Amino acid sequence: MDEDLAISVKHLSKSFKLPHEKKSSLKEHVLNFRKQTFEEFKVLKDINFEIKKGEFFGIVGRNGSGKSTMLKILGGIYQPNKGEVKVSGTLTPFIELGIGFNPELTGRENVFLNGAILGLTRKEVTRKYDEIVEFAELDRFMDQKLKNYSSGMQVRLAFAIAIQAHNNVLLIDEVLAVGDSNFQRKCFKVFREIKESGKTVVFVTHDMGAIQEYCDRAMMIQDGEIVAIGSPRKIALRYEAANSSVGASVVGEVIPRPADPALKLTNVQVSAPDKKTKHFSLDDDIVVDVSFEVRREAPAQINLFFMRTDGVQSAGINTTNDLKKFAPKKGKHTIQCCLRAGQLVKGEYNVNVAAYTTDEVPDLIDIMDENYGTKTPLISVIERSAYQDGEFYIQGKWSV
Amino acid sequence: MKISNILRPSNRSLIRELVASDFKLRYQNSVLGYVWSLLRPLLLFGTLYVVFVYVFKINKDNTIPNFPSYLLLGVIVWTFFTEATMSGLNAITGRSDLVKKVSIPKYTMVVSTTVSAFVNFTLNLLVLAIFIVVGRVDIRASALLFPFLVVELLMFSMGLSFLLSALFVKFRYMSYIWEVTLQMLFYATPILYLMQMVPHNLAKIMSLNPLAQIIQDMRAVLITPETLTTKEVFASQVGRIVPALIVVVVLVFSVWYFKRSASSFAEDL
Repeated sequence: MDEDLAISVKHLSKSFKLPHEKKSSLKEHVLNFRKQTFEEFKVLKDINFEIKKGEFFGIVGRNGSGKSTMLKILGGIYQPNKGEVKVSGTLTPFIELGIGFNPELTGRENVFLNGAILGLTRKEVTRKYDEIVEFAELDRFMDQKLKNYSSGMQVRLAFAIAIQAHNNVLLIDEVLAVGDSNFQRKCFKVFREIKESGKTVVFVTHDMGAIQEYCDRAMMIQDGEIVAIGSPRKIALRYEAANSSVGASVVGEVIPRPADPALKLTNVQVSAPDKKTKHFSLDDDIVVDVSFEVRREAPAQINLFFMRTDGVQSAGINTTNDLKKFAPKKGKHTIQCCLRAGQLVKGEYNVNVAAYTTDEVPDLIDIMDENYGTKTPLISVIERSAYQDGEFYIQGKWSV
Repeated sequence: MKISNILRPSNRSLIRELVASDFKLRYQNSVLGYVWSLLRPLLLFGTLYVVFVYVFKINKDNTIPNFPSYLLLGVIVWTFFTEATMSGLNAITGRSDLVKKVSIPKYTMVVSTTVSAFVNFTLNLLVLAIFIVVGRVDIRASALLFPFLVVELLMFSMGLSFLLSALFVKFRYMSYIWEVTLQMLFYATPILYLMQMVPHNLAKIMSLNPLAQIIQDMRAVLITPETLTTKEVFASQVGRIVPALIVVVVLVFSVWYFKRSASSFAEDL
């Protein structure tokens, strides 16, 4: 394994044998000479990936996709059937908080027990005890039995102990979704510190916001296979797409568009007022017509985005600001967006469009994008501004 | 499972915490607390003493001097053996939460159950010490051999615990089998009767049981030389070597089997 790798997984396969009938009694063992028949259930199929030291690596996937099994194998709880998993250094699995917590013991006793289970010595727990109590904000309750704690208090205590484990690889399984908002903020702060201290973190979650905020890279698993691995944004988009079309299976690199969306995008067309070409100068307006058909009325936001040909999304503009609470009636519509080409840097762009729900966490309704197998117009901005350069254009004024 | 691993501070701490929490849980809700662990063998001892001395008149010609201490020692060892192996059997299955959710060295779970039982055993030995003092038992130099026999007892119980805990994960009927085995062992071991009462041929077979050898040797070195030890039954050292060999074989095999099965505990549970 390379020096700079924290985790290396090669050709990992895992299957569980589910016996057709569970045989547990002596009589059954003795009387049943026939070989037990099993159903082999493949949970992970030939998984390959590497995680670098200091990387914050996200794993996403729907329930039953195999991500928990993956985590348990990384954590050394399950053994792989095939392939190899190498972890450099020691590893703390946060697969569940408060492992071994006993309701009949006091908070203090549980700290020592849980600490030991996480691999801390008694000395270390004693030294960090005050810090743990302070972090958990449970000063007055430490001599009470755990059964008298609220579930939030238990989680706080468990989390406070867990972050004291001093291993250099951490596996975190959706522990962020606990506690009140105040405590959650603290957790986020800790995760940021962990990231900054150069530890390797493997983070399993459904929260695409967290994935994009913390992860350097992410991976999506579906039906025991890696569907995609790459930038958090790409994975988040992919995950949203896969989730909004339940039952869809991903074929190759093309993600299927959501089936039967409430709002079906039908066409995106780019025109320039006085030109036939798709080449734009800095001062030209780009006019984009988006056609769609509303099948079920619901508030929606339409998002126009300019994707560079190398797959990076450069810019986007949505309807929220101009159209406010946009909830088109049933039927066919065409809306138009007009923008100055000079805001884009010289280069080629795909003009993509997507419709999202207006929920707090927007869900994808429909999308037109090359990744989803739909051709979208390609435009190019042909002039380079003489007095600006860089990734994007900024407005400003010089003075003497 | 290397020896160096057992000595690692984090693993020692883990065993210690497991034992400590086990004790707190066991006694916290009873008024008598720790006294219970002393009372149990004492009550068993009292019952056996009354039944076998006054009803069956087992030691009426006083073959065995200091019979109360002699009987109590047997009961204490037996209590330890039952407790250690029964909790050992449950060591993995009873803590499936630990096995399934965290990767801790599994042997610590088994070792901690034996250590728990051993703490009780030492408390009980203190009671025995009182009996020995009150009964004016003659302490001889041979008492120095006692710790070695304790080690043999520990090795035997821990070995069986490793084997039983691993088997119990796969075969749930092991608990019934072991309960019956314990019952048979209780009568096959000279705890409440004297080895002298057993016909010679049968005594030879019975003496090969490591538990019988350990109890008889403990009695011989600590209480009275009148004990019929395995060595005397065979009239040679063979009597000592064979049971000791059984203990070693059981321990080595059990540890090997445990190590082999440990990696799949999480899936089998």
